[in-house]
Amino acid sequence: MDTIFYISSVVAVAATARVVTCRNAVHALLYLIVSLLAVAVIFFVLGAPFVAALEVVIYAGAIMVLFVFVIMMLNLGPHATEQERAWLAPRTWIGPTILGLVLLGELVYVFAQGGGAAGGGQGVSPREVGLALFGPYLVGVELASMLLLAGLVGAYHLGRREEPAGGGGEG
Amino acid sequence: MLQGLWLVPALPLAGFLALVIGARLSRRVAAVIGVGSVGAAMVAALAIAARFMAAPPPGHAFTQVLWQWLKVSDFEPRVALYLDPLAVVMMAVVTGVGFLIHLYSARFMGRDEGHNRFFAYMNLFVASMLILVLADNLLLLYLGWEGVGLCSYLLIGFWYKDAASARAAIKAFVVTRVGDAAMAIGLLLLFMSLGTLEIQPLMVKAADRWPAGCGMAMAAAALLLGGAVGKSAQLPLQTWLPDAMAGPTPVSALIHAATMVTAGVYLVARTHVIFELAPPVQRLVAIIGAATLLLAGASALAQCDIKRVLAYSTISQVGYMFLALGVGAWGAGIFHFMTHAFFKSLLFLGAGVVILAMEEEHDMLKMGGLRKAMPLVFWTFLIGACSLAALPLATAGFYSKDLILAEAWASPKGGPWLWAAGAAGAFITSIYTFRMVFLTFFGPMKKAPGVRPGVVMGLPLVVLAAFSIVAGFVQMPEGMGDVQLFAGFVKPVLPAAPIEPGAGGPELALGLAAAAASLLGILAAWWLFLARPALLESAVRSPVGAALHKLWFEGWGFDRLYDVLLVRPLVWLARVNRADFIDGFYRAIGAAGDGLHLVLRLTQTGHVRWYAAGVAFGAIVAIAVLVLL
Amino acid sequence: MLTVPLHHVYVLAAVLFALGLVAVLVRRNIIFILMGIEIMLNAAGVAFVAAAWRWQQADGQVMFFFILTMAAAEVSVGLALVLRLYHGFKTLDADAAAAMRG
Repeated sequence: MDTIFYISSVVAVAATARVVTCRNAVHALLYLIVSLLAVAVIFFVLGAPFVAALEVVIYAGAIMVLFVFVIMMLNLGPHATEQERAWLAPRTWIGPTILGLVLLGELVYVFAQGGGAAGGGQGVSPREVGLALFGPYLVGVELASMLLLAGLVGAYHLGRREEPAGGGGEG
Repeated sequence: MLQGLWLVPALPLAGFLALVIGARLSRRVAAVIGVGSVGAAMVAALAIAARFMAAPPPGHAFTQVLWQWLKVSDFEPRVALYLDPLAVVMMAVVTGVGFLIHLYSARFMGRDEGHNRFFAYMNLFVASMLILVLADNLLLLYLGWEGVGLCSYLLIGFWYKDAASARAAIKAFVVTRVGDAAMAIGLLLLFMSLGTLEIQPLMVKAADRWPAGCGMAMAAAALLLGGAVGKSAQLPLQTWLPDAMAGPTPVSALIHAATMVTAGVYLVARTHVIFELAPPVQRLVAIIGAATLLLAGASALAQCDIKRVLAYSTISQVGYMFLALGVGAWGAGIFHFMTHAFFKSLLFLGAGVVILAMEEEHDMLKMGGLRKAMPLVFWTFLIGACSLAALPLATAGFYSKDLILAEAWASPKGGPWLWAAGAAGAFITSIYTFRMVFLTFFGPMKKAPGVRPGVVMGLPLVVLAAFSIVAGFVQMPEGMGDVQLFAGFVKPVLPAAPIEPGAGGPELALGLAAAAASLLGILAAWWLFLARPALLESAVRSPVGAALHKLWFEGWGFDRLYDVLLVRPLVWLARVNRADFIDGFYRAIGAAGDGLHLVLRLTQTGHVRWYAAGVAFGAIVAIAVLVLL
Repeated sequence: MLTVPLHHVYVLAAVLFALGLVAVLVRRNIIFILMGIEIMLNAAGVAFVAAAWRWQQADGQVMFFFILTMAAAEVSVGLALVLRLYHGFKTLDADAAAAMRG
């Protein structure tokens, strides 16, 4: 089990790194999907099957697909890839890399102090998660649904093309 | 009856308020209010004075407490009026002369566009002066002091559209301010040292706690003297009074002849205990008085403007009062104040009539021969001039000036030099007074008079002329009847001057010498200005004569001295510091804010990634703080 | 039964988070910036699930559930905004919308 964890984490990190450096948008998206799937495996190994399923279904399945749709719709073409290369000059990497490394260093330092406590046993079953959701976290669930409604309305409104002849909505 | 004391200052104050609120009242109504309020105050004052003299209250003092002014830890001044013989004299003179001058002004200022404003200011002045003389404590006195200073400024600069008037008003205010500042420090000193500002307890405590000649007494007396010198236009703060003649003539008569300039004399007389505890300062009072009377007298000789002659004459006569106070003749000083109020205001009012008749011409050299044309003015003016010159036996001025000179010789604090200064001053006084009379009323007529005075202006002249003669008869020296009414009246308040016994020999001789001085002066004036005017003209043209004339004309160069010493450096300083360095500090704060803004503005690039980097950086710092601390 | 030390999982989450941050800061294309945000959210979720695993409680997974929901709403609105931006500026350059500068 441990080895699965470590392999998956390596895959996730590598894929994410590729996402950061890739010039083609669609390629980057595909790398991101790979990363998400690897994280789903990690979740499963951590004893959270429900969350793993959610990760695959919603995160990789819906959100990333949304990205793909938008990129297809924008229909940028090869010159976009050229533009990305121009934008990704080595000079621009310096600042963010430093910031990222510093932040990483701090976090690792904080985590390392916690000691190497190992986790617990079987994992939390979906049944418990469900009971928690509809028990103590009921209000949160309701709020999340309202958030989704707001997102829906907002996306619909913002995505509408303003045509003088009154167009239909898209997106 | 004495309970009505509060009415005396309150009535003119009510008049002022009525005239301020009703600024658009008709001239007639405004004049009735203005003159009437002071008239009513005069009636009240005379009634109270009569009652006081007939049945004096216990201790010859009556206090009327109106209300508690302040209460701050142990400083508790009250608004209270105090009546004793000195206050009675001052109050009667101020209201009496004030009423006559107000009456005169009703006609004099009749056509002036600021007529209502004039009476408002005059009423405020009379109210302030009455508060000054009736005050029970030095703080209330200072209130009246400042009030008369304010009114003096307002009235000198009454015709404010004229730049010269405005300048003269500012000059008067600033110069007297120097004195006022000294007086304020003196009051602080008195309070800190003795714990009270109420005059009577103050005198008692000072006599108890301060040994004669101690530093505190000297400091307090010197500071009070500073204030008196400023208000009374004595050396070295006398420069404002001649220029103050830019104001209307009734103002000159009331403020700068009869009342305000004597406020300093009143102050010294009131706080005489402190001066007696500081003999060097008292001596200084006498010296200032003597020097001033000579300097001002000489300056009056060279003036052409009739009002300026009278202004320098006022400075000189107040010098006599200071001389009297300085040698310890307190009563004599107040006596001279009373007679001087009568004849000086008479002279000013007469000069005002002449100026009106000559259509605003002030220069005496352009006048002449008005004797036959304006007989009433001539005779009253002549009586006033005789009183000023101290014509022996017949005038009030003679008795008061004679008393001062006698005391100056006889008092242990006096001496022959002070007497000689006074006698020389009497000689000079006669000369310039009768020069004024001869130039204006005798000789060939250069311009025919226009407006003649009516009853409203003539009546005050006549009344004042009468007083200029008879007012002296209340105090006659031993050799001539020994009437001691005045001295006896003020004795409870002002200690009698120490006259050495064995009078009769030197006193008679001295009196004769003083009388001779004044008569000789009249004769000299007649000879120089009527009989042989050519002599004087050639003398003035000679180099020494011209220089002397120029020096006296400019008031001994004090204006120029102060200009070089004080005015020019201050103006230079103001010009140098035009971009004020203290302001610079505040501007720098603003500039720093601006600079900071310019720097911080660079963080607002508009780029989302920049802002995200900022958030990340903040997170890093926060975590670092948490981790390290 | 997993016996991985806890802080290893946290380190993984930290690395993923840092990578997402770098993506946000480096890339100029708005789509990539949004992708970077998604990466960061996902990394946070990993941390939560790791905590749930450590203490064997459901709360961490519930938290991940909420994060997921929020990410979905955010992505939909965000992409709609991207479309708007593209119509307006004719480019996907994030630096093009810098009118609110200093």
